[in-house]
Amino acid sequence: MKPLRILHAYVGAYIVFLYVPVALIPLFSFNDAIQAAFPLKGVTLEWYRTLVATPAIGQALRNSLIIAAAAATITTICATTIAYLDVFPRPVLSRLVSGLARLPILIPGVIVGIALLILVNLAGLGPSRPAIVLGHVLVCLPASVTVIRARFAAIPRSLAEAAADLGASDWIVFRRAILPLAASAIGSAFTLAFLTSFDEFIVAYFLAGTEPTLPLYIWSQLRFPKSLPVVMALGTLILLVSVLLAGLAELLRRRSRV
Amino acid sequence: MQSRQVLTDGAGFRAAMSMPGVLVTFGLVLFALALVVVLAFRINDGALFVGPLSLSNMITIFSDGLYAKVMLRSLWISGLVTLATVITAYPVAWYLAFRAGKRRGLVLFLVTLPFWTSYLLRVFAWKVVLAYNGVLNSAMIALGIWDTPSTAFLNNPTAVVVTLAHAYAPFAILPIFVALQTIPPSLLEAASDLGASRAQSFRRIILPLSMPGVLGGALVVFVPTIGDYVTPAMLGGPSSTMIGNLIQAQFGKANDWPFGAALAVATMLVILIAVALVRQADRRWGSRT
Repeated sequence: MKPLRILHAYVGAYIVFLYVPVALIPLFSFNDAIQAAFPLKGVTLEWYRTLVATPAIGQALRNSLIIAAAAATITTICATTIAYLDVFPRPVLSRLVSGLARLPILIPGVIVGIALLILVNLAGLGPSRPAIVLGHVLVCLPASVTVIRARFAAIPRSLAEAAADLGASDWIVFRRAILPLAASAIGSAFTLAFLTSFDEFIVAYFLAGTEPTLPLYIWSQLRFPKSLPVVMALGTLILLVSVLLAGLAELLRRRSRV
Repeated sequence: MQSRQVLTDGAGFRAAMSMPGVLVTFGLVLFALALVVVLAFRINDGALFVGPLSLSNMITIFSDGLYAKVMLRSLWISGLVTLATVITAYPVAWYLAFRAGKRRGLVLFLVTLPFWTSYLLRVFAWKVVLAYNGVLNSAMIALGIWDTPSTAFLNNPTAVVVTLAHAYAPFAILPIFVALQTIPPSLLEAASDLGASRAQSFRRIILPLSMPGVLGGALVVFVPTIGDYVTPAMLGGPSSTMIGNLIQAQFGKANDWPFGAALAVATMLVILIAVALVRQADRRWGSRT
C-alpha cells in the first residue's frame, strides 16, 4: 500500500508543479501593483481596463484569429486527405506524403521559421499574415495527421468495402461513410490546430510583417516593466481561451472513440 | 455535372485527394528545406540565390571555436532538459497506465492541458518567478528566509534548464504512457507466477517494452529545445546563448541570411545524428511486442 501512496503524492506534486508558475499569471493580473511580487497589494481590474482601452491589442487579436482560422482550415483539409490516402488506398506516394507531412516534428521552430522566411521572400510575398499561415500549417500538420490517421485506421475496412460493393464511388465512400465516422476526430484536430496557431510565437516571429499576432504583441511589450501587468491580464484571457478550446477538443476526441 | 463526374471517377478522386498533401509536403516542407540547404552555400552578397556557391560559411562554422562551443552548450542544455523531462514523466505515465483506474481520463487531461497553452506565457511565468524583485525573492523575504533579493536565479543556464523542463514536461508523458499501455498484462502475471519480484519484472519486462515510448518522448523534447531561442533570450543571459539565438540573430540584427542558413543546416545535422543514435538504441533495447 505504501509505495502506491508515494506514487499518488508524486503525481499530485507533478501536476501542482505543472500549474503553479502558470497560475501566477492570473493571480498577479488582479494585483494592484506594477511589480509581480509578494505580498499581494490588493485587488484591481485596472489592468483589464487598460487592456480593453488599447486598440493595438484588439488589432493583434483580430490578426491572431484570422491567422488561426486560416491555418487550422488548411491544416485540417491537408491532414484529412493525407491521412485518408495513407490509411485507405495506400499507394507508395501517399505514404511518402504522409511521412513528409509528419517530418516538421523533427525540425526546431527556429528552422521552420527561417526556411519559410526564405521561401516567402523568394516568392515575393514577404513577411505577412499569409506567410504566418503557411508557417503554422507546417507546425500543426504533424499532430493533425497523427490524430486523424489514428481515427481512420480504427474504422473497419469492411465498411468501405461494403459501400463500394453496393456501388458507391470512391468519392461517395469517403463523403458518406468515412468522413461522418471521423467527424469528431477531424473537429478535434481542427480545434487543436487553431489553438496551436493562436498561441504560436517561435515561427511567427520570423514571418510577421507589420501586423503582429497576440504572442508577438506580448513579446514586444515584455521589455517594458510598466506594461507587464497588462501583459498578465492579456495572458490570463489567452490562457482561459486555450483551456476552453483544449477542453472542447478533448470532448470531441472522446466522442470520436464511442 | 462535369466536375462531379471527375470527382467520382477513381483516378480523378485520387488526384483531387492527393493535391493538398502533395502541395503542402513537396511545395512547403521539402522546397523550403532545400532552399535553406542551398542558401547555406551562398555568401552574403545581397542577392539570395543569384551568384556563385561557396563553402565559406561551413568553414567558418567548423573552424571558429565559438560555434562548436555554442552547439555543445545547446546539446548539453537540451540533453539535460530531455533527461529531466523523461525521468520525471515516467512515474506519471506508469501511474496512468497501471494505477489510475477511473481517474485516468482526468489526470491525462490535466497533464496534457499545458501542452496546448501558450509556450511564451509559460516561459514568461518563470521570469516572473525568478526575477530579482520577482515572486521567489519577494516570497522568501516576506517569510524571513533571506533578507536581500538574490540575483542567483536568473541569467544562467540553470534557469534555462528549469524553464525548458517545465515548458516541455507534458511532451514526454504521452508517448511513454502509450508504450506502457500496450504491454499485455499476461506478461506481468507470467513473470510473477514464475517468481519474479516487482523490481525484476520492472527491469526485465516493463522498462524494455516501454523503451520505444521513452525514446520517442525524448525526441519530441530534444528537437524543440535544442533550437529554442526564446527561453535563453528571456532567462538565460549571455552565458546561455544557444544555437537558436545565433540563427535568429543572423536573420535579424546580424543580417547574414546565408550564414544563418548554414547554422540551421549544422543544427539539422546534429539532430539527424541524434535521431540515428535513438533509432540505433531503439533497435537494440526497444523490443516490441
